[in-house]
Amino acid sequence: MAPHTTFEVGGLGHSIKRKEDPRFIRGQGRYVDDITLPGMLYLDIVRSPFAHAKITKIDADRALKVPGVLAVITGETLAKYNLHWMPTLMSDTQMVLPTEKVMYQAQEVAAVIATDRYAAADGVDAVEVEYEPLPVVVDPFKALEPGAPVLRTDKKDKKDNHIFHWEVGDRQGTDAAFAGADVTVSEQIYLPRIHVASIETCGCVADFDRVNGKLTVYMTTQAPHAIRTVVALVAGHVGLSEEKIRIVAPDIGGGFGGKVPVYPGYVIAIAASVVVGKPVKWIEDRMENLQADSFARDYHITAALAAKKDGKITGLRIKTLADHGYADAAANPSKFPAGLFSICTGSYDVPHAFAEVDGVYTNKPPGGIAYRCSFRVTEAVHAIERMVDALAQKLQMDPAELRFRNFIPPERFPYTSALGWEYDSGNYAGALKKAMEKIGYADLRREQAEKRQRGELMGIGISSFTEIVGAGPSKHFDILGIKMFDSCEIRIHPTGKAIARFGTKSQGQGHETTYAQIIAEELGIPAAHIQVEEGDTDTAPYGLGTYASRSTPTAGAAAAIAARKIRDKARKIAAHLLEAAEEDLEWETGRFFVKGVPQKGKTIQEIAFAAYTNHPQGMEAGLEAVNYYDPPNLTFPFGSYIAVVDIDRGTGMVKIRRFVAVDDCGTIINPMIVEGQIHGGLTMGLAPALFEEIQYDEAGNIQGGSFMDYLLPTAMETPAWETDKTITPSPHHPLGAKGVGESATVGAPPAIVNAVVDALAHLGVTHIDIPITPEKVWRILKDNGVAE
Amino acid sequence: MSKHNIRVTINGVPHEAQVDARLLLVHFLRDQLGMTGTHIGCDTTHCGACTVVVDLEPVKSCTMLAVQADGAAIITVEGLERDGKLHPLQEGFCQEHGLQCGFCTPGMLMTAYGLLSQTERPTEAEIRHAISGNLCRCTGYVNIVKSIQYAAALPR
Repeated sequence: MAPHTTFEVGGLGHSIKRKEDPRFIRGQGRYVDDITLPGMLYLDIVRSPFAHAKITKIDADRALKVPGVLAVITGETLAKYNLHWMPTLMSDTQMVLPTEKVMYQAQEVAAVIATDRYAAADGVDAVEVEYEPLPVVVDPFKALEPGAPVLRTDKKDKKDNHIFHWEVGDRQGTDAAFAGADVTVSEQIYLPRIHVASIETCGCVADFDRVNGKLTVYMTTQAPHAIRTVVALVAGHVGLSEEKIRIVAPDIGGGFGGKVPVYPGYVIAIAASVVVGKPVKWIEDRMENLQADSFARDYHITAALAAKKDGKITGLRIKTLADHGYADAAANPSKFPAGLFSICTGSYDVPHAFAEVDGVYTNKPPGGIAYRCSFRVTEAVHAIERMVDALAQKLQMDPAELRFRNFIPPERFPYTSALGWEYDSGNYAGALKKAMEKIGYADLRREQAEKRQRGELMGIGISSFTEIVGAGPSKHFDILGIKMFDSCEIRIHPTGKAIARFGTKSQGQGHETTYAQIIAEELGIPAAHIQVEEGDTDTAPYGLGTYASRSTPTAGAAAAIAARKIRDKARKIAAHLLEAAEEDLEWETGRFFVKGVPQKGKTIQEIAFAAYTNHPQGMEAGLEAVNYYDPPNLTFPFGSYIAVVDIDRGTGMVKIRRFVAVDDCGTIINPMIVEGQIHGGLTMGLAPALFEEIQYDEAGNIQGGSFMDYLLPTAMETPAWETDKTITPSPHHPLGAKGVGESATVGAPPAIVNAVVDALAHLGVTHIDIPITPEKVWRILKDNGVAE
Repeated sequence: MSKHNIRVTINGVPHEAQVDARLLLVHFLRDQLGMTGTHIGCDTTHCGACTVVVDLEPVKSCTMLAVQADGAAIITVEGLERDGKLHPLQEGFCQEHGLQCGFCTPGMLMTAYGLLSQTERPTEAEIRHAISGNLCRCTGYVNIVKSIQYAAALPR
């Protein structure tokens, strides 16, 4: 689609350079740890070495003698203010600091306040804590067995470790589909616990002004407004009233879902600042970040497909056990304890489906956040894309052909899925065809056949995913009761320049650039003249923040609507200036003119000036608008990915030879930024597919709680991604845009797994759990006598 | 805690300071001198966000004590721009969209600076090898490689 605006205006479709970059390339970004306030103190945290233990004694005497240490805060200290517990986003409860027992390794036990970060660390070493270990529950299946130790003894009537049961779909219809099927396939699929590991860890500077009673918190958060309200709810009883709370999210060094929750460290820093009346900085180190912050996944899935002989899918059944750790602290919309897992019918016309998820407590850190994906969508996509391949394998049918036979056809949109979602738009076959052409699918299949003859291991894997993002319509989506709209406020200055503020918060997505482009598109004011601000709750309109690929679907839409409101007022002013009737005016980018007399017109800049200097009598001065956008539906980005892998028979090492990604996120705002988002998303899809996993031993000790063991892909492991696109606009979004930040993370893992399984299919392999390590592959090769 | 007097030249400017024996170079730069362009992303020398150039070698400043830098000439991200003119690497990262959240960017730039000072026209494989000690979670490295190639093709 050709852009409607010139490059100088920089509306939709232009790859203008990012407004963020000049400060970042000079080292002039301002991240939380870059903030130093006069008199600022440092907080460091004592953490539990045990996964489950009674605390019998905390002795701070030695710590308090360490030079520079000013105070040691324990659960007892916070209990005096009733701040030792806090609600989770899923309305469960979670300790800030314990008064009786610890529930996972690395849990916060006490906090040391000191004059500098080294003294704080010395103080942490000097705090003496005595523990009495308790039986540990690590395996979520064992957690549900009768006689398992009940973990949440703080909940009076809790007699087991079960958190919730959630189900959706037509159980009987699905059972009937399986009973009448020509063929069925079933697999156990485990999606392990992983961590987003943004390169900036979490932290804050809490600054309580005792004179004015105002609390300012500079914080690594993706959702500043929601945090403000949570702080007001948690600490209202100690006098922190919402108008006196200011949350500032400065530059954020990556979020990916990990900076949505409220972690105990933030609350302790806030409490410490209120108590001592000085600014308090808390910055976690990498090991704390990996060991104690919210994790993603940990889904034990049993999935089954029923189909006819010709490959037409007739039913999908999924049963899942979700390990939520010690508290249900997932970051899901309130009504969706398993997130949007019910997108698990994927891109396919599945007539009958039934899915159920049970959540369970274990002695692990709490969480269940997204890892660069919309609420459990990756888990759902992994299940269906793996199962479609398993079915193709059983039917000895090409997996591309099986997909073509089952795709929801373009003419069926809007399409209502068996599990109740109304998909907005899609052309799944179009994306897969394009990916197959780009990678040369037929030639690769021939090459694979030849190589197999020679004993070489090569695989081709497809993933044709559908996402569900942009939460969401307020009738279904809220967090702690707050509806999931988002917002934009635009003010046009007299000289025709603008400032726009949003309820979202970029963590690298480039909002300062793309939001300016949306307004440039709508008003014709050059994007270079539009200042975008986010993250300061004192100035930005209320919004729910940036995660789940929701910024463009919600706040991006709000920007378009607010700009259109401004254009409506501009038309009235132009009519006044041109002495014409409003209906006789026509809009072209940046200008109203009298129909049929194109030379008689007024630019948006002239109109803006008039809004402050010569506005019509009876009209309010100024030119500004705000919109709180409540989307009518979610958006459904999609794509088809194809991976080609070669496997070393000596080491079991999987090498990704090529990876083609064809994405469709509807209307594109900035092609350069969209491609960058896909590159990054693909790499965060590669990561769990081949490298990342956080494991625990039977005593609940974390295995791999640092970058020594938790392997993020480097430039050496990451292939040169090949990207392409189709464009199928969303019919309900004001711009037709769908959101793109997470598509690739969702779509990439099953393509890689499918490719590896494809390479080994002739050995009878039907599934391998991620991460697909060389050891796992080598053992398969050895067991089948083909290892070199 | 023993204190030590050190002299270092940072971005061409001489500094004298008294530091604790255990003070890390990265904390000296960030906390003592207020030069916050150099970032911290891990505790184990894996992420490379803290990379600076010490006597023409890229060094992870979280793994070097400030006292070890006594007498050294250090270049940080703040020193890349000269006389109001961006370094070709800075140009390259903007032009090729080699950054997103910007957190790993200073370390990437300094590692690339070290590479280009030793290898005028590195191959893609050489670039990937050189930056393999710098983690980026946003970009997937493709555009970082292009950014460094862009800079390598410019006169420096």
